[in-house]
Amino acid sequence: MVRLTRSVKTSGCAAKLPSKTLNEILSSLPLMEDENLIVGFETSDDALVYDLDGENLLVESVDFFPPVADEPYEFGQVAAANALSDLYAMGAVPKLAMNIMCFPSCMDLSIMKDILLGAQDKAREAGCVIAGGHTIADSTIKFGLAVTGFTTKKRLWTNKSAREGDVIVITKKLGVGIINTAAKAEMADECDVKAALESMKTLNKKAFETACLYDIHAATDITGFSLLGHLYEMAEAASLSVRLDSSSLPYFSASPELARLGLIPEGAYHNRDYIEDKVHFASSVPREITDIMFDPQTSGPLCLAMSEDDALSFVREFGEPAAIIGCFTARGGSVIDVS
Amino acid sequence: MNMLDTSGFSCPEPVIMTKKALKDRPASLDVIVDNVASRENVTRYAEATGYSVKRTDKDGKWILSLTR
Repeated sequence: MVRLTRSVKTSGCAAKLPSKTLNEILSSLPLMEDENLIVGFETSDDALVYDLDGENLLVESVDFFPPVADEPYEFGQVAAANALSDLYAMGAVPKLAMNIMCFPSCMDLSIMKDILLGAQDKAREAGCVIAGGHTIADSTIKFGLAVTGFTTKKRLWTNKSAREGDVIVITKKLGVGIINTAAKAEMADECDVKAALESMKTLNKKAFETACLYDIHAATDITGFSLLGHLYEMAEAASLSVRLDSSSLPYFSASPELARLGLIPEGAYHNRDYIEDKVHFASSVPREITDIMFDPQTSGPLCLAMSEDDALSFVREFGEPAAIIGCFTARGGSVIDVS
Repeated sequence: MNMLDTSGFSCPEPVIMTKKALKDRPASLDVIVDNVASRENVTRYAEATGYSVKRTDKDGKWILSLTR
């Protein structure tokens, strides 16, 4: 059997181009404008948002990457859960999707079929229809979805509208990038790999539906740019700072030891390089925990900003592994302060 | 002196190569790395397994001298 993760150099969202490189290019492009375009490139949000009629909004995003699971069906599930998550992070319900597939012409076509089936089943679970796509021959597999969905002006969540005093909730454990890297090196326990895979396959649908019961001020999902990269974008967009309590972070128990052994994805170093000077770590924060905070996540958690009362109720309602990890404060010395 | 060249390989490959090279616990090993992630990860692996690491810059690459 072909082990899909062996056929590629990088896996999942760790394959993203570094933020620094991407921002240099994007900021040099002229902005395209349309009076109905509410969210575009400018705030590095999770999806574009287009005003359909003054009330209803169309939300659209695309995400694809190299295999992060060895089983084709499971890779399809993870890729779909990851792509659908961008819409949940905007407060939108995904409705339509298209496949994007790069596939080696010499590879067994049943692998492609299983990837597509995995994605289809995950989309069905989300109530979303995959209705087309595009495939090209390439040297390595890459797969994902372009997803379209809908929300209303009242329920649109962007990454830029956090308020001073909001607390930050995340809804999945962190550290999957480190476990995926260890799995590639055959240095991870099977049960840890399985737990990470289950987390990546889990839709952010329940997190979205639970969040709909509360007044969400800002939201994003944590993916390739890591917890700190995405929080930095939220803080910058709202001109606030973030205070994080590292002892409250939910993460896979194997991740710190695997980080200590040097099984850290290259993307984590790019993330660190990009924003390390904006982050202050208390000397009591172990290096391995900082690694987890820079670790690129694939199909990671929703990250929600809301009042403290709502957050406490959300965490009770959602249950494990949701956790309150910090808060937004008035802009101080560092953009992010980790204790 | 044992020498391992990981140039051209990306993570986690250099760590896997280092792990294999240290299997018989040599007293020393020089590892050439050509990118920051490999440099940091190989350093961590070596330190976590009881080696001390000295780093030298060389022509845009690094030589990590591992000793125990």
